Amino acid sequence: MKPIQRLFQLPVTAVNLVKNAQTPEEAKSPVLSPDGGQQTWYNALQSDELRLLRTPDQETPLDETAASSSQTQPLRHDDLKEMLDSNKDSLKLEAMKRIVAMIARGKNASDLFPAVVKNVACKNIEVKKLVYVYLVRYAEEQQDLALLSISTFQRGLKDPNQLIRASALRVLSSIRVTIIVPIMMLAIKEAASDMSPYVRKTAAHAIPKLYSLDPDQKDQLIEVIEKLLADKTTLVAGSVVMAFEEVCPERIDLIHKNYRKLCNLLIDVEEWGQVVIINMLTRYARTQFLNPNHNESLLEESAEKAFYGSDEEETEEKDEKEEVAALAKRKPYVMDPDHRLLLRNTKPLLQSRNAAVVMAVAQLYFHLAPKAEVGVIAKAQVRLMRSHSEVQYVVLQNVATMSIKRRGMFEPYLKSFYIRSTDPTQIKVLKLEVLTNLANETNISTILREFQTYIKSMDKDFVAASIQAIGRCATNIGEVRDTCLNGLVQLLSNRDELVVAESVVVIKKLLQMQPAQHSDIIKHMAKLTDNIQVPMARASILWLIGEYCEHVPKIAPDVLRKMAKSFTNEEDIVKLQIINLAAKLYLTNSKQTKLLTQYVLNLAKYDQNYDIRDRARFIRQLIVPTEKSGVLSKYAKKLFLALKPAPVFESPFKDRDHFQLGSLSHLLNAKATGYQELPAWPGMAPDPSVRNVEVKEAVPEWTKCSSREKRKEKVEKPFYSDSEGESGPTESADSESELPSEMESGGGSESEEGGSGSGSEESDEGSESGKEKKKKPEKIKVRKTLPESAESELSGEEEKRKRKERKASSESSSEEEEESSSESSSSESESEEESESEPETKKKKKISLSKPVPKQPKKEISLLDLDDFIPTPSPQVTPINNIVSNSLATDLQGLSLTDSALSPTMISPSFSSVKTYELLHRITGEGLAVEYCFSRQPYSLDPHMVAVQIQFSNNTDTEAKSLRIQEPKLMSGMRMQEFPEIEVLAPGETVTVVMGIDFCDSTQAANFQLCTQTRKFYVSIQPPVGELMMPVFMSENEFKKEQEQLIKLSMGHLMGMNEINEKLTMGEKCQSDHAIVQRVTSAANLSRVPCGSDREYRFAAKTVASGSLVLVTVVTKEGMAAQLTVNCEKMVIGTMLVKDILQALSQ
Amino acid sequence: MIHSLFLVNSSGDIFLEKHWKSVVSRSVCDYFFEAQERASEPENVAPVIPTPHHYLISVYRHKIFFVAVIQSEVPPLFVIEFLHRVVDTFQDYFGVCSEAAVKDNVVVVYELLEEMLDNGFPLATESNILKELIKPPTILRTVVNTITGSTNVGEQLPTGQLSVVPWRRTGVKYTNNEAYFDVVEEIDAIIDKSGSTVTAEIQGVVDASVKLTGMPDLTLSFVNPRLLDDVSFHPCVRFKRWEAERILSFIPPDGNFRLLSYHVSSQNLVAIPVYVKHSISFREGSSLGHFEITIGPKQTMGKAVEGVLVTSQMPKAVLNMNLTCTQGAYTFDPVTKMLSWDVGKINPQKLPSLKGSMSLQTGASKPDENPTINIQCKIQQLALSGLKVNRLDMYGEKYKPFKGIKYMTKAGKFQVRT
Repeated sequence: MKPIQRLFQLPVTAVNLVKNAQTPEEAKSPVLSPDGGQQTWYNALQSDELRLLRTPDQETPLDETAASSSQTQPLRHDDLKEMLDSNKDSLKLEAMKRIVAMIARGKNASDLFPAVVKNVACKNIEVKKLVYVYLVRYAEEQQDLALLSISTFQRGLKDPNQLIRASALRVLSSIRVTIIVPIMMLAIKEAASDMSPYVRKTAAHAIPKLYSLDPDQKDQLIEVIEKLLADKTTLVAGSVVMAFEEVCPERIDLIHKNYRKLCNLLIDVEEWGQVVIINMLTRYARTQFLNPNHNESLLEESAEKAFYGSDEEETEEKDEKEEVAALAKRKPYVMDPDHRLLLRNTKPLLQSRNAAVVMAVAQLYFHLAPKAEVGVIAKAQVRLMRSHSEVQYVVLQNVATMSIKRRGMFEPYLKSFYIRSTDPTQIKVLKLEVLTNLANETNISTILREFQTYIKSMDKDFVAASIQAIGRCATNIGEVRDTCLNGLVQLLSNRDELVVAESVVVIKKLLQMQPAQHSDIIKHMAKLTDNIQVPMARASILWLIGEYCEHVPKIAPDVLRKMAKSFTNEEDIVKLQIINLAAKLYLTNSKQTKLLTQYVLNLAKYDQNYDIRDRARFIRQLIVPTEKSGVLSKYAKKLFLALKPAPVFESPFKDRDHFQLGSLSHLLNAKATGYQELPAWPGMAPDPSVRNVEVKEAVPEWTKCSSREKRKEKVEKPFYSDSEGESGPTESADSESELPSEMESGGGSESEEGGSGSGSEESDEGSESGKEKKKKPEKIKVRKTLPESAESELSGEEEKRKRKERKASSESSSEEEEESSSESSSSESESEEESESEPETKKKKKISLSKPVPKQPKKEISLLDLDDFIPTPSPQVTPINNIVSNSLATDLQGLSLTDSALSPTMISPSFSSVKTYELLHRITGEGLAVEYCFSRQPYSLDPHMVAVQIQFSNNTDTEAKSLRIQEPKLMSGMRMQEFPEIEVLAPGETVTVVMGIDFCDSTQAANFQLCTQTRKFYVSIQPPVGELMMPVFMSENEFKKEQEQLIKLSMGHLMGMNEINEKLTMGEKCQSDHAIVQRVTSAANLSRVPCGSDREYRFAAKTVASGSLVLVTVVTKEGMAAQLTVNCEKMVIGTMLVKDILQALSQ
Repeated sequence: MIHSLFLVNSSGDIFLEKHWKSVVSRSVCDYFFEAQERASEPENVAPVIPTPHHYLISVYRHKIFFVAVIQSEVPPLFVIEFLHRVVDTFQDYFGVCSEAAVKDNVVVVYELLEEMLDNGFPLATESNILKELIKPPTILRTVVNTITGSTNVGEQLPTGQLSVVPWRRTGVKYTNNEAYFDVVEEIDAIIDKSGSTVTAEIQGVVDASVKLTGMPDLTLSFVNPRLLDDVSFHPCVRFKRWEAERILSFIPPDGNFRLLSYHVSSQNLVAIPVYVKHSISFREGSSLGHFEITIGPKQTMGKAVEGVLVTSQMPKAVLNMNLTCTQGAYTFDPVTKMLSWDVGKINPQKLPSLKGSMSLQTGASKPDENPTINIQCKIQQLALSGLKVNRLDMYGEKYKPFKGIKYMTKAGKFQVRT
């Protein structure tokens, strides 16, 4: 409360201060009195107003000159003051406009402060806004007076309108007056928990303002940041991360819990926020994940191992510890799913219209992505080059750095870097840099041809850069060295000195690198001395000959002879080099050149130029030993012929990538203030579980077993990637095809669900592939955990039953395949009896699961139970599930009783145990446990819906009331038929209901809220692909016909669109016919098609929503090998189904 | 982030300054002026200039330098992109973004800048939101404002900032509901001496002018979306939908905006709309040079090539040019050595040509560089890449909008080397 007290005191003192400075009227200023102040204030102004009315002409002389001289003659602003004091809004506005214009021009208007600040509570919005502008500009200089305005803003902070609250906070926090720090702190804290996200956003903006004003507040501000980071709205995310970056970028630990959320929100955040978040996440990822390129070479190998080892792995997997041990032994690089999540969620932003966002994503990929995936950013960067030249400049700088490390990435876009004569020089030079970096053996000829045209440019700086570029190409690529050298030698005859000088420098550098080849070129250059007139070039050649005179012992003295002859006619610069050459020759070959040297030195002695005379005198003393000459002459040779280090041709962009790309520091190649180093990859990945979010309302399923899943995933990943590699198209990072993306996904999937309670992204059916990804690991998880009774104790008894049944079924199946259905039905009834006899289940409803029982085609026996409330609409459907309900209530809700309907045309009832998925864990559900399964029954109310059976169990001691569904969030096209509300669920009781969901043949999750009277839980149901279809009967011939039809159809599009082939190795337990059938039918809701060959198995189904045919063929071959073919118009479904069946069969 | 902004005209005067944090003295711009002096052309001023305590990031547009003062690390593109957004906004508000326009509307400029940045961090950059906050000045409104004293600051609270579609203002109403789309393609090419294409690519944009009541949800589909090699979208476009179906689905902003820009890669064969025959020669030892160019249509799909403008930067040694053209008019500026020939429409039956002689500096040796020829032209009703809009559908509103689509091809950076 203390700050508040202080707050009340402050203005009083402030008023006193004002009293001294202002007229008595102003001293009466009631601005600070909390209410009713305004009116008295205007009364007080009356006299002023009258004055104004009396002297209207005073307004006119006010203009720029008056304003500009304000500092020397503050009285000149009187008219403005009067206008401000008037009670006419238009006059005030006019005055404020002039004042703002003064500020804009940089004129001092600070003496108007008291007059302006009074208008802070003005009713006119524009006046008010302009007063704010003024206030923010001058408050720092006039701190005491600025306090007068504070109460207005404080009032604004309490306004019911969120926009007013926000704007009050914004101005309040922009006033840089240290004394109000406590007030600001309080206001920020309050606003941080405001209802309106917009106000919270403003609070986030205010944080760095306060921090820069008073860094001591850091700890408190970090608390606010932490709180705001947890905010789930996109509006806040960008601003708070910006605050985080400015206040406490080192507190990376604050990000853990919000990491997944930020990743998921990213696409909906406004563009500026995206840039800040992506940059921050890049740093974060560097500290948390392992380098994906670290053991690249090992990766392939280990992936293979994983594949072959996967069989054992899967069986072993009951024992988690063993699995972990095996993993540790192998240690392949496995990308953290969170790492993958980041890469996946940023990729679409490459399509942003905002260059900064694109660049941010590009740098993220460059720093974080596996080598194979970095390529995607090239295209977007090349696109940016079309933008304004400033954008081009920055992008090219970054491309230059990237192209050193990853040349292949930009090679396809080589031509986009060709230079136009209209480009600004700095752009040209950067493009040259990129072209040089991209040059390799294959493209060097085209690049050199380009360079040739550049050399003719009018822009001489650019020409010089081009020559250097040629030199660099020559050093990098041995094949063209001679061509380049020859080309450069020709340039020596250029008329432009700059060109010549540059060529000579470059030639010189090249020569210094390959001493062996010196002589030829030097000889050639020596010949050029006859023709070349450009003094600079002549001088350079002479230097070269002098430097390497030992390599051309015969020519060098001759050149000197010629030069001595023409010495008097040469330019000064050439003369100097002649002396130089003479000296060097004298030292190495004094026999031949002694006289020549003396002659040259004599000529030079009497030269008009004192520089030359000096040089001659100096050299003579140095090289010609006389009695007077000092010790230096001994070292003459060392002085002149010291080995000069070869200049290095290095790209100025080399090693620049230790700066985060796209940053200011990278651009300047120097650390800028406030730059956060990009950390090196950690050797060991820090604990990934820090990112797990505690479940409050989020999907419980995920958190519960996250750590376990993750480990499993690590096993799975290589498995997938390998099988993918065998069958599918080659995995390439930028290919948009479904397969690789699906594979990549494996990792990130659960985190995706876990991270977003809101699940706002994934907006459309467009995200089908994303959905598929999600699906995969989850299903696998379930499949694995199921036999292990990973389910909670609640379902223990069910579990027991299931096992029993499974046993029974395997018995029955082992007997003979052509067993009669009557027998199977008897086994079912057996199990029913069994279940009913179970003592502990009195009122509880039980699910008994029937077995897959192969049935004989000839015996057509309907098992349709008459008690069923649901009429089966289609005779082609095989219901799979037997549900026994003893509860009347559930019956009334349309729950099906033992309904094992078999249509007469059905050949094989296809299912094994029904998998149960958890919708709500009893801990997160506060005692309410909810599970669901796909009953594989047609949904009575709508044939396009998939029936989902949901079982509620109340584990608390109180009644759960009015269980119902609320606010379903469905992807477009999806529909949901809710189950009727369950009014009361007694403690310990279990109830089962059925609802229908039309998934539109996609595996996207249906998100909705499960409500009890008191609580709401966000849950989602996601169908495995196999549950999206209904079995359909057909004969072998029909099957073949349909298959052909589908293949024919696909010809119009792409081959293989409707057909997916996969080779596989059968799992050990998949030997018998029956086992194969059972596994396929349990993976998907298919019905068997009779088939002549005993090596072939055929299955057929139709998708529930669109009725597209799904045809599956399994052909077994020698040993354990088999071939799986899926034909389906819906490629996505087909692809996923292949995987699922593959998985089922190879286990 | 952005500390201050200075607007500098080409003669080096600061005519506007705005500070978002504490005031930075305008003397910081001296570093900028230094760089400006060093650079031969205004375009050559480095966009990022480090000074001892600050960093200056500038963009140059409409003969104005927008110099932002930065104090600490920030992605340079972030600032550059923002400055360009500022310029775009000014242009949107005042029609032109000239020094005079900024000076005339200094208060609106100030109000805009105040809204666009908060403490140096971008706040409201969507033109629809800004227009809700601050009404663009029109002649009528200026007159009315002076008489009535009413303001150009929106009386309504800017609720758009809070909506889920922040780019669209609420409560839009039109009597004529119209949606127009312009597909504009620019061809960037380099043609070498012999007339063969060194590189050519097409950069296209779809600009929209949508004036529809309420909250329309539009879908725009192309006949051949596969042509688009690389695209970038206005934030309103639903990315997932595009990924899956190659359909643009969006709730449009109100008014004019750029829906999409795309790139058709150089891998595809790009049709070159015009060709140039040229013969430019300097003779050694002679003070006269020969100059002749002819321009003609090449692959235009039968459409007329209009608005042809040929420019060329002549070598320094050229003192003057004495030319005659069969069509249009030419000018040669002896100071900048810029030749510009306004051709107009090309008549395929009678190809326009420009020929004559160049007088060179006597005594100077012949220039060893040949000028490059830059060409601008327009072709109406043609999208060179062959992109075609299939249909536009509107959902969410009852009325029937009037829809229109226009295609145009322009020469972008089209250069012929000689």
